[in-house]
Amino acid sequence: MMYQYDEIDKTLVKERVDQYRDQVARRMRGELSEEEFRPLRLRNGLYMQLHAYMLRVAIPYGLLSSTQLRKLALIAREYDRGYGHFTTRQNIQYNWPNLEDTPDILDHLAEVEMNAIQTSGNVNRNVTSDPYAGVARDEIEDPRPYCEIVRQFLTLHPEFSFLPRKFKVAVTAAETDRAAINVHDIGLRIVKNDAGEVGFKVLVGGGLGRTPFIGKVIRDFLPKEELLRYLQAILRVYNMEGRRDNLFKARIKILVHELGTERFTEKIEAEYEASKSDTRLLMDGIEEDRIRAFFTPPTYESLSDDAPDVDAEAAGNPAFADWLNRNVVAHKQPGYAIVNISLKPMGEAPGDATAEQMDAVADLADQYSLGHLRVTHRQNLVLADVRKQDLVALWKALVALDFATPNIERITDIISCPGLDYCNLATARSIPVAQRISQRFADMKRQYDIGEIRINISGCINACGHHHVGHIGILGLEKNGEESYQITLGGSSDVDADIGKRIGPAFASEDVVDAVETLVNTYLDIRQDGERFLDTYRRVGQDPFKERLYAAY
Amino acid sequence: MNYRMVTANTLKEGAVVFMTASGGWSQNVNDGKTVTAEEADTLLESAAASVADCSIVAPYLIEVEVAGGKVRPVRLREQIRAKGPTIQFRTSA
Repeated sequence: MMYQYDEIDKTLVKERVDQYRDQVARRMRGELSEEEFRPLRLRNGLYMQLHAYMLRVAIPYGLLSSTQLRKLALIAREYDRGYGHFTTRQNIQYNWPNLEDTPDILDHLAEVEMNAIQTSGNVNRNVTSDPYAGVARDEIEDPRPYCEIVRQFLTLHPEFSFLPRKFKVAVTAAETDRAAINVHDIGLRIVKNDAGEVGFKVLVGGGLGRTPFIGKVIRDFLPKEELLRYLQAILRVYNMEGRRDNLFKARIKILVHELGTERFTEKIEAEYEASKSDTRLLMDGIEEDRIRAFFTPPTYESLSDDAPDVDAEAAGNPAFADWLNRNVVAHKQPGYAIVNISLKPMGEAPGDATAEQMDAVADLADQYSLGHLRVTHRQNLVLADVRKQDLVALWKALVALDFATPNIERITDIISCPGLDYCNLATARSIPVAQRISQRFADMKRQYDIGEIRINISGCINACGHHHVGHIGILGLEKNGEESYQITLGGSSDVDADIGKRIGPAFASEDVVDAVETLVNTYLDIRQDGERFLDTYRRVGQDPFKERLYAAY
Repeated sequence: MNYRMVTANTLKEGAVVFMTASGGWSQNVNDGKTVTAEEADTLLESAAASVADCSIVAPYLIEVEVAGGKVRPVRLREQIRAKGPTIQFRTSA
């Protein structure tokens, strides 16, 4: 059900930790300056933030075993302040490690086949994917073997270890885009062509940050076996032609934009053609099958899709019914369900979990979901293989953990970056704004009346909270020494992906939650039957929202 | 009148510290040595010894106000650095 390290992987990670331990020791002795040490620690996921170091640990495509989660809990408890923060790249961050402890933390991670390699730096970052991969009803096939193949191909790849800037790949195989492939440097969608063959649609040049773009399709259909050769072509062109003179123009999206999609595509295709005589990267099926074997579906019990006990509980227990409707999703296997664990209890920091909560969720994964779980890019967790007959017991356990808030894809399911409470780059706080919005809209009845809506909050222009693709996006800035918040509307990272448009002048911190409420109330007043917030906005445009929003100011 | 102060992070813990009058480092902003804008560069230069002996990393100057014997950084970023995150962590389930 998940990739297992072989001897090569184990040796590589162990050697890497040993190297890093030596680097830390040399730094502590003063044999390395901060300038010399900084790129080395970053290559191992260690940042210096506002108050402390921050260690980002890779969770490949968000997939975790219960054993791994328990290790993450142990690290939180013994080396940090008892909690961790799940991120939009499906990773986890620790906000308070000591420098000299970090080699021990990496040793702990290596014990459970984890690492922090390439969670920072101008390299390929964690490959992200659909948190429902392998169990979704709407997918063509499991995308995770390809995530793993890409991960291995681009891990410590000598040619691609010094790219112009960081690089992010997402893979999905489902109709519903739960991996935000449109806003990645490379987005891969597994598709079928007219002949019924499975391959990839390839998007390049999406991204957020200070210059947001939706990815451009440069290949409607790439045969599966050509994946690595084609990725190599894209990365080679980017490596050669991506801008290194200006940090803010160094992402591949700028190259695609400056060259134009057509010319960029020609260059990729030319590079791809030139590499065709090199058969080493042609996936011949053998390696692909070896990797695929790790993701063989579990042996499911033969169960009825009917669950009378669940229906009975739902009929008499509105809280359970709400959770069932909102947080539980259909599984491809009859009698099973996909369960979203909301890391967004009312008024809490989105994506945070304590060591105790992590341990408890690991136990629940063992008891109810075949010992595995996933991290979503929306900063929640997923138990992907739950028997329907266990849903009531699981719900009760999640309620006890404060992890059963039935708010998935509702207004309090907010994506937020750490913001100025932690981040060295931030210009304003994000988490407190998320908390205040969460408190304002805490009433679940109201949340359900509002329906599907996505709020994304970033504490600076780097857009780690993906505000550009929020139905309502909030960008925190510093203006004359005060926090102010710009609002964008109409963004989406789904199949209907778009970059939100700024609605007008920014709001002071004390006014931003009122502004969000005004936008929501405007939508409620003018929506037509069946319209989500985004649909109404796209139908009527900015004006009705703008008029109401700025009438009071 | 606003003053200047030197701040940095410790190498070992990454903790926020402020340079004191004796050339040491304190996590309490009120212990920090305040100087005028004209004296600021000299104060910053004096932090080099602590960089060299691996006590601290990346020292820089911040602007502070002093009122009632209390020091308050001018920028919100530095206020948050001085006091810690403005949010509560989840510490138990």
